[in-house]
Amino acid sequence: MNDDPLMIAGTAFSSRLIAGTARYPNQQVMLDALAASGTELVTMSIRRISLEGYSGSLVDLVSGRYRLLPNTSGCVTARDAILTAELAREALETNWVKLELIGDRDLLYPDVEQLVHAADELVRKGFVVLPYCNEDPVACQKLADVGCAAVMPLGSLIGSGMGIANPAAIELICTRSPVPVVLDAGIGTASDAAQAMELGCDAVMIDTAIARSHDPVRMAAAMRAAVEAGRLARLAGRVPKQRFAEPSSPQLGLVGS
Amino acid sequence: MTRLRVNGVEAEVAVATVAELLALRGIDPGARFLAVAVNGAVVRRTEWPVAALSQGDEVEIVRPLQGG
Repeated sequence: MNDDPLMIAGTAFSSRLIAGTARYPNQQVMLDALAASGTELVTMSIRRISLEGYSGSLVDLVSGRYRLLPNTSGCVTARDAILTAELAREALETNWVKLELIGDRDLLYPDVEQLVHAADELVRKGFVVLPYCNEDPVACQKLADVGCAAVMPLGSLIGSGMGIANPAAIELICTRSPVPVVLDAGIGTASDAAQAMELGCDAVMIDTAIARSHDPVRMAAAMRAAVEAGRLARLAGRVPKQRFAEPSSPQLGLVGS
Repeated sequence: MTRLRVNGVEAEVAVATVAELLALRGIDPGARFLAVAVNGAVVRRTEWPVAALSQGDEVEIVRPLQGG
């Protein structure tokens, strides 16, 4: 464990990168990319089995190496999201859940009203809830108020790679949030991950930007370095921006003056 | 025969319990990472042999998959 762990619900993580497991070219690339990313927490979905029969799956490969964070992706009602979380708890023996409640199937934008309701109910049922939410300080505050262990505001649309569309809002959320802030969705390349950390996020969640890159294993390593660099820069404290030049070399003893 | 809805599909099956339904579907009840709900409530693994299924029940059988 390093001396600057990420703490979520009393659990310490050395890595500030939460990784997805979807959209990889194949399972071996996924496993190699997860290893290169340094992640300790990976997300999975919960889906109906094929009625033709059940065979071993991805989870057999990752369950021993990483802590698992099941999601409720695709759910559009609080009822379905809560049942999916309960099924995930039974299937994976974890009470952690990345709560997703989708309000628009094209945009995959969260339905905040139902999200807060479902989060409240899941916290009461003993879950550690990490909600995917809007980059809205009020929504994030409401989610923290009902007992969420972290908030996961979106940088931009899921899978879009558009980066952080509203950095000022993300920074505001980071300044005010009583719980860890995990930037989720929209990261396209390493500089986006570094920016999230520089804005004050406690961690980032990345799937598509690694899995769909030309070389996922190399991109995973880049993301790891970016998250670490962004975190260090945040802790170090950046210089203020100013409108005019300020020479860095001494101005006394200039030749010819 | 019992008329059920299994993972969203209507099915007429001769089973009395969750365990029998899994067996009929060729699903090893000892397989890890499976979960079952009946009518919106999770049925714990230990209850599968005794959890009765009746006419019209809605059954969900799930497992983890890749996700973001």
